[in-house]
Amino acid sequence: MSKADAAAGILWVGATFYALFGGADFGGGVWDLVAGGPERGERPRALIQRSLTPVWEANHVWLIFVLVVLWTAFPEAFSAIFTTLYVPLTLAALGIVLRGSGFAFRKSIEGLQGRRAMGAAFAVSSLVTPFFMGTVVGAIAAGHVPAQGDGDAFSTWLAPLPLLIGAMFVATSAYLAGVFLVGDARRGGDEEMERYFERRALGAGVVAGALAVAGLVALHSEARYVFDRLTSQGLPLVVLSLLCGAALLVVLRRGGRRPLRPLAAAAVVAVIWGWGIAQFPYLLPTSLRIDQAAAPDPTLTIVFIVFAVAAVLVLPSLGLLYTLAQRDLLESEH
Amino acid sequence: MPPLDPLPLAASASNLLAAREQMAFTLGFHIVLSCLGVALPATILVANYIGLKKGDEAAIELAKRWSKAMAVTFAVGAVTGTVLTFEFGLLWPHFEQRFGAAFGVAFAIEGIFFFLEAIFLAVYIYGWKRLSGWAHFWSGVPMFVTGIGGAFAVVAANSWMNQPQGFTLDAAGKVVDVEPLKVLFNPATPYEVPHMILAAYMVVGFLVASIYATGMLKGRRDRLHRLGLLIPLTIGLIATPIQLFVGDTAAREVADHQPAKFAGMECIQETGTDQTEYLGGICTHHGVEGAIGIPGLDSFLVGFSTHTKVTGLNSIPADERPPANTLLHLAFDAMVGIGTGLLALGAWFAFAWWKRRDIPQTPWFLRIVALTGAAAILALWCGWIVTEVGRQPWIVQGYMRTSEAVTEAGGIWFTLALVLLLYATIGTIAILVLRSMSRRWREGGADPEAGAPYAPATEAPS
Repeated sequence: MSKADAAAGILWVGATFYALFGGADFGGGVWDLVAGGPERGERPRALIQRSLTPVWEANHVWLIFVLVVLWTAFPEAFSAIFTTLYVPLTLAALGIVLRGSGFAFRKSIEGLQGRRAMGAAFAVSSLVTPFFMGTVVGAIAAGHVPAQGDGDAFSTWLAPLPLLIGAMFVATSAYLAGVFLVGDARRGGDEEMERYFERRALGAGVVAGALAVAGLVALHSEARYVFDRLTSQGLPLVVLSLLCGAALLVVLRRGGRRPLRPLAAAAVVAVIWGWGIAQFPYLLPTSLRIDQAAAPDPTLTIVFIVFAVAAVLVLPSLGLLYTLAQRDLLESEH
Repeated sequence: MPPLDPLPLAASASNLLAAREQMAFTLGFHIVLSCLGVALPATILVANYIGLKKGDEAAIELAKRWSKAMAVTFAVGAVTGTVLTFEFGLLWPHFEQRFGAAFGVAFAIEGIFFFLEAIFLAVYIYGWKRLSGWAHFWSGVPMFVTGIGGAFAVVAANSWMNQPQGFTLDAAGKVVDVEPLKVLFNPATPYEVPHMILAAYMVVGFLVASIYATGMLKGRRDRLHRLGLLIPLTIGLIATPIQLFVGDTAAREVADHQPAKFAGMECIQETGTDQTEYLGGICTHHGVEGAIGIPGLDSFLVGFSTHTKVTGLNSIPADERPPANTLLHLAFDAMVGIGTGLLALGAWFAFAWWKRRDIPQTPWFLRIVALTGAAAILALWCGWIVTEVGRQPWIVQGYMRTSEAVTEAGGIWFTLALVLLLYATIGTIAILVLRSMSRRWREGGADPEAGAPYAPATEAPS
């Protein structure tokens, strides 16, 4: 494996963490959005609020990590992506601002009206942001981003595959959040909320699976290179994802108390790495290879060092944060 | 007065103006919040420490309140900082394309610090209830370290834009080799980094102090307000003299290494010795109008002798001169003026404290302190105008023009309008939220945070 490939691997690790944890936070917002009026939605919203509050900012940093590694290790790819897909990227950035501010404001602003407005900003942007991020990923996978950048501002992402991937991002986020919230409800001994999010995780899982199948069809027609590799080299991971997803659906339907999170996470991680393998050795299929896009060696070395430091310092710290949060030692109210 | 940015009316030139305005606005908004991220943790930890050490409940209460406020400002800071990350690609894609491999290193390091800060900030902010006193205090110490580390990394990147080094270009202008340590520790790092970190401590110190000074002027003279004034004010006043020293050094370094920027901020038209130091005024091609001029002082400040030769704008090629010299000049003067005023305030305070172990008794002291928060933020903005506008027309001094870096994408004026609207709304709501939090604390009423997001407070489960 070359240094450039290793740097691409680091990019994928960051993207994986962001998809799992950042994704689940967006999904929490999606469930908040569809939780109904103030009375009906009170309990699920309280649970979502408690689950997200201590962790969402730390989870969000994975996005910064991905962007920074992308522009440091693969500056040409960064520039090509941003000069082509600036419309969905701008919308995602605005969505991020609305999501974070809305969430921070809604618990502290005075008056029911204000809280509802802030809550709506948080919840709607939690749906919109992953959608646009998904269209970006879909447009890259579909090979719509030319290596020299300046691709068409609209047709590159307003195409079946990017739009399907966008929808899949939303559904997957909701699915992950549903599964995570089942665990949080269990821990709090709230059986009603446990059932509530079980049903929703199940529904989102089915939708995400259906979108994935539709995505495969679109991949077949829009991105033949990626499709061919996904169904050959990437096939074991696709199968693994399907098995984990199916197993989780069975467990959810039976309503048992088995651990759900590892299965849900494995299903998502397998897809992300399947996608990585499918577009290898391209960063932008099929116009820019990883080695062509890579920064000079000393820069890549620094990226490795930074990643090693992250592994030694950030991962244990994140572990501490999650452990404290899971043991209910962190409270948003005091 | 020369016109602002004499741009040809091409589409990319129009983009350049829009992109610069958007960058300036989003950075100006974020930088205030990032100061809070850098320096508020230390301010809170001081209060926390006093509270634990002396069993002072008022100090603990202050630390709690400030950390609740920080939860709001940090969230907004995290997302507005993300916007800046996006803007590197959305507004300046060619800058990243050509130089990302060189200066991206600094941001990669910043990423680690920001990660750790976000994690420990969450542990500290939400750990008040269940973590024991000193364990909780120590869980907050990493915020202080990572705040400084993050500021170092980001400002090192900006320093590199001012004094780039540590990379090799091939014939096509592509970066082919990088020396990361030279990038991080470029000649501007030693003065830009401390200048910004001290600025953060001044902004936070004076901003928090000004809030409690306002409260005291309204007759709230309890121990909580007294401590709420004294802790941050002391931090701000300690930072001020160091800042003036660092800033003075920085100005001399700029005169040496970025003479165009220095000529712009001091409005020097003709290269020569015995340069007059102008305070205020309007820059014209013939010199400064309506200013107070002190003959020879500018040369003296640059080289400790009136015989020091200082470069004027006439020695700089016309297409390499910074735009808007009056703006640069007045921004520089305002920053120095505010810093000097704060130094005088510190001397007054120190004298009163030495005499009577108390703040000066006249209400004028509190009135002035109440204005220092806004003044410190104004000085911060002025400093960044000097740094950033003064570097124009370059984005990487001597290597890449800002006009070469800008995107060709359409709709930048539209996103600028959108961003202005969105940020104005968020800024307003943030202030309203912080004010209402403060009012609730004073009234000791029910904390709406205790309930579900939409439940009316009275029906909220505890």
